Amino acid sequence: MKDKEHNPKQLKLIDANGIRLDGRRYDELRPIKIEAGVLKKADGSAYIEWGNNRVLAAVYGPREAHPRHLQDPAKALVQCRYNMAPFSVTERKRPGPDRRSVEISKVISEAFASVVFAEQFPRTSVDIFIEVLQADAGTRCAGLTAASVALADAGIPMRDLVASCASGKIGGVVCLDLNKDEDNFGEADCPMAIVPRTGDVVLLQMDGHLTEEEFHSALDLSIKATKGIYQLQRQALLRRYATAAQEGEEPPRADIREPPSEVNDL
Amino acid sequence: MTEVISELMREHIQRLAASGTRTDGRAFDEPRKLVVEKNYIKTAEGSARVRLGNTDVLVGIKIDTGEPYPDTPNSGVLSTSAELIPMASPSFESGPPRPEAIELARVVDRGIRETKAVNMENMCIVPNEKVWVMFIDIHVLDYDGNLFDASSYGAVAALSCAKVPASKIGKEDYPLPLENWPVSVTSARIGDTIVVDPNLDEERIADARLTVTTDEKGDLRAMQKGLKGSFRLDEIRRIIETSQRVGRSIRETIRT
Repeated sequence: MKDKEHNPKQLKLIDANGIRLDGRRYDELRPIKIEAGVLKKADGSAYIEWGNNRVLAAVYGPREAHPRHLQDPAKALVQCRYNMAPFSVTERKRPGPDRRSVEISKVISEAFASVVFAEQFPRTSVDIFIEVLQADAGTRCAGLTAASVALADAGIPMRDLVASCASGKIGGVVCLDLNKDEDNFGEADCPMAIVPRTGDVVLLQMDGHLTEEEFHSALDLSIKATKGIYQLQRQALLRRYATAAQEGEEPPRADIREPPSEVNDL
Repeated sequence: MTEVISELMREHIQRLAASGTRTDGRAFDEPRKLVVEKNYIKTAEGSARVRLGNTDVLVGIKIDTGEPYPDTPNSGVLSTSAELIPMASPSFESGPPRPEAIELARVVDRGIRETKAVNMENMCIVPNEKVWVMFIDIHVLDYDGNLFDASSYGAVAALSCAKVPASKIGKEDYPLPLENWPVSVTSARIGDTIVVDPNLDEERIADARLTVTTDEKGDLRAMQKGLKGSFRLDEIRRIIETSQRVGRSIRETIRT
């Protein structure tokens, strides 16, 4: 069939029992761990492990917008820079922004623009930095999910957190949260981000081949998953601020090399 | 640069929307008139000038031999760029491509690539060594909104009349076989109204934008949400249906 040209290694991405290469079923997420407040200098920060993805997010601001001609007298700019470390992928990535990361930065900035109460901070900029340290597909969703926690950690007023997840199609089956092999050799990928409280979709992209029905079931899978991700985001914030409150002081800085031990299988 | 749009225009557009029409008299699901002029540039291997209303885009295809990417030794190479030249709008400036131009090129590229408009494996000359490299260059001449669709139609039209310059390798030139006809349809949400193919006035005040690329069967091949607002799920569903329907008639225009 057509899929063969996608799948030169003849990998069987999903077996007859509906089990994927990494043992997941079609509607299972990879394990996700989120930790808030992992950096000292940033106004807010978060670290996320999502399967084999490891992503840091930091937020600075609201602060004076640079360059100044970009300042908006009515509201804050929400600017995101998504960046991949050169060692985050198998083949070294040349440092600095490429076309892919410019596009991802743009769509993530736009995803947060309607969520942040930007009118409260005219002429300023809220700068979001996402650094992908280790990539295994789904880094924009992981980055956006972490950035959302970092924004809350920075005390930026928001309508809600934003939760993000992708679904796609592998071996003819619509599946949640594709990993690298599944993304490379699968038939479609569709990342999305949602404001859980209102159900508004703030990021939506798709590439590959899906029928209309398949697209809607992919979107349904992602939306269901974001409900669980939203809880993990809230728990990460609660953990950080519950500890802070107990000690009556600045919360302890967590070591990003040893994230919390619990694994959240959803 | 965000252009200053008078509040009067915003009110005007929203008042018209409430009574079911638009500044240029179109229905909400009615795209502007599409005029496609193929083979516009003789020095290009393929080209098309597309007018979508007053938006005017010229797309040229250059094809030459080159090396394949190491991970796809048996495939040709496709590369898409877009230039928003200062001539096309007071809001465009010269200089390196901004995020808007990069997003535009990548969305057009994705539509063509994911629909497999060109079978890239037929573009291999010597595996691992020599393949056909295709450059799609989008040149915006006059900007009156919805560059995504105008550029995408231009790229597909230019591909459909492109010639592979096989005389360069001692063979006969032959027409580039086009195996699929992707059509993107962009919708914008202005308040509670969703309009297809937004003109510049509409685009400037739009809350959110969604581009949906479908193939001949109406299946989805690429999507891109843009701008700072959001969509509800029922709006996404409606936009997909409109994109399939509107896409069918646009595909016929590009084909002929």
